[in-house]
Amino acid sequence: MSLLYRIQHPRDALVVEGSMPITSLYTVGIAGERFFREIMEQARLFATRCPECDVTYLPPRLYCERCFSQLDEWVEAPATGRVHTYTTVHIDLDGNPLPEPRTIAFVRIDDTDGGIVHYLGKVDPSEVYIGMGVEAVFKKKSERKGSITDIAYFRPV
Amino acid sequence: MKEHVYDTVYLRGKDFEEGNVLFETWDPNARYAWDTGVGMSRFLQELKAGRLVGAQCSGCCRVMVPPRMFCEHCFLPTDAFVPLQDTGTIVTFSLCYVTWDMIRIKEPQIPIVVAIDGASPGMGIMHLLGEIEPDAVKIGMRVQAVWKPAEERTASITDIAYFKPLEQGGSQ
Amino acid sequence: MSGNRVAVVGAGMTKFVRRAQETAKELAWEAASKALESCEMTLDDIDAVVIGTAPEAFDGVHMNSEYLSDGCGGWGKPVIRGYVGGGTGVFSPIQGWYHVASGLFDTVLVVAEEKMSSCQPHPQGAFLTIFDNFIERPLEPNLLWIFALEMNAYMNRYGLSKRDIATVSVKNKRNAADHPAALLGDPNITVEDVLNSEVLAWPVQRLDVSPVTDGAVALVMCAEHVARRVTDKPIWVEGVGWSLDSAYWTNRDLSYPTYVEEAARMAYDMAGITEPRKQIHIAEPYDPFDYKELHHLEGLLLFDKGEAPRAAADGVTQRDGDLPVCPSGGLLGVGNPIAAAGTMKVAEIFWQLRGEAGARQVPGKPKRGLAQAWGDLMQVGTVIILGA
Repeated sequence: MSLLYRIQHPRDALVVEGSMPITSLYTVGIAGERFFREIMEQARLFATRCPECDVTYLPPRLYCERCFSQLDEWVEAPATGRVHTYTTVHIDLDGNPLPEPRTIAFVRIDDTDGGIVHYLGKVDPSEVYIGMGVEAVFKKKSERKGSITDIAYFRPV
Repeated sequence: MKEHVYDTVYLRGKDFEEGNVLFETWDPNARYAWDTGVGMSRFLQELKAGRLVGAQCSGCCRVMVPPRMFCEHCFLPTDAFVPLQDTGTIVTFSLCYVTWDMIRIKEPQIPIVVAIDGASPGMGIMHLLGEIEPDAVKIGMRVQAVWKPAEERTASITDIAYFKPLEQGGSQ
Repeated sequence: MSGNRVAVVGAGMTKFVRRAQETAKELAWEAASKALESCEMTLDDIDAVVIGTAPEAFDGVHMNSEYLSDGCGGWGKPVIRGYVGGGTGVFSPIQGWYHVASGLFDTVLVVAEEKMSSCQPHPQGAFLTIFDNFIERPLEPNLLWIFALEMNAYMNRYGLSKRDIATVSVKNKRNAADHPAALLGDPNITVEDVLNSEVLAWPVQRLDVSPVTDGAVALVMCAEHVARRVTDKPIWVEGVGWSLDSAYWTNRDLSYPTYVEEAARMAYDMAGITEPRKQIHIAEPYDPFDYKELHHLEGLLLFDKGEAPRAAADGVTQRDGDLPVCPSGGLLGVGNPIAAAGTMKVAEIFWQLRGEAGARQVPGKPKRGLAQAWGDLMQVGTVIILGA
């Protein structure tokens, strides 16, 4: 039957709609708790260092992915860095035009081996270049809630 | 082996409510539209017409419900849709007092697996049982589909509102 | 035994908790680093990594094993993730076994992790999608239905009472009181407590069910020449087996897990076991619900069909009985972070065979044990046999 049977009319090609009714709740974790609290309370960036492997992790990690040792050495990192790469986005997730294009950069944070993906602000997209020096602009303390969006954006130094 | 257990940090609900711990939430907003496919489309259209059908395999001769395009035992295409009856036998049941998100309900839902008459032995589908006191449900009980009125049917398994106990003298 | 000889030489785990503060990868690292430490190995000694985790929807991270990989020790290494539902926790060590038995790698780190507390309001929201989208989900089912339906079919076939089955929950929660990682150990629980607990989906009551849990477990597995160097107590993998039935769960006899028997026969054949009831000294069958332990003991051919409940009532499966079953405390007592729960059972057999299980140690120096997991739409069995 199945080799011969065909759906003859579009009305017979049924579709059933559904969803997965869940909300994901993510704790920021042991290292993340300290990282985001420093941002929220002090507007400072902190990294963890592995002296063995000479790697400074930002965002900080609880452990070194290379040697697997627990990282206890916390170091303050400057809130400055360089644009490692960037893109300018003109549409939203659904493909609709944004009112204004947004430039997103991967910012390598100075004195660390890591970096943060964030928005660039106070700069015309056409003037952004790889290697550009930038700094984090933190929201006002009263608006910070322990999230990566406590940094409003990075702007040219 | 106690030394091989890491002392993981345990949180309580109030740690979230009182701001003792930082977290983010995200609603994946994942909405799907599943094509019902060849075998199931026919099954659902037949439900709309008030009928149950199975599919037969020429290899093992099983009459299978729900119907499928191929027999998973013989790995052959099935050969024909076969009309089934809308009666059957309760294979197993439960009396359920909670919803999926663990909200309590007073009158239990009665999910059953019902082996459908006309299909091969043991071939059942899951559905709900109604028109019965929870205490009276028994495995082996004979049941019959209660169909929604034709104009309310939508080619869905819920075109059968539920199964109810088959009255004495009902068809076998 | 097919392939090269493979040993388990190290094991470690997190505490099993209701809600962990750690991220999923931090949990994985806690378990993996404990496992390496237990056999005095470092990440440099590891050739490849096997990751076990259930559907992405629990952790809420798509590409979950890739996200977890650095916490599992996978940085710059061959990494694989396997998934067979609740059977994953035993399947991951099976994958670890064939990585080494094949001769491809000498040392493998196996890490299983689950953070179910990420899934709100309840992990059941994700479990809903295991039901058929067309003929089951429109009925608005919940996961408890399938367990309740299977449990009732099992009870009805053999004329079992709730009391016959509740002894399993009591045994496991009492055993778990001696497990340093346990979430629900209770040395004083009684059969009456189980029978009087809230009815969720009859015949399933609150204390028949294992809890939603966060946790991770890791094992170090290696080739014989490495094992001889790193430990004087290697525990050998003697047999592995796995089998799946189809997802048409309403088409089969729910009173017997045929797929578990198929997996067990594969593992027994590999291990040269002809009389499992004499040759298996301890067992860790999968026990997300109390009746499942009995159901699986029968599928594993360790008891005749319908006979496991009587043996349990007679004390045969107690820690000091003839066949200690779930001396760890099982999922009912230690907890049920899906994939990690099965690997916890393999770790328990490892510790028991080495005589390192502390207060949980079964007497009589057991020489061979079995761990088994189960999952999906009541369709998969995974079995591993370890020997001292």
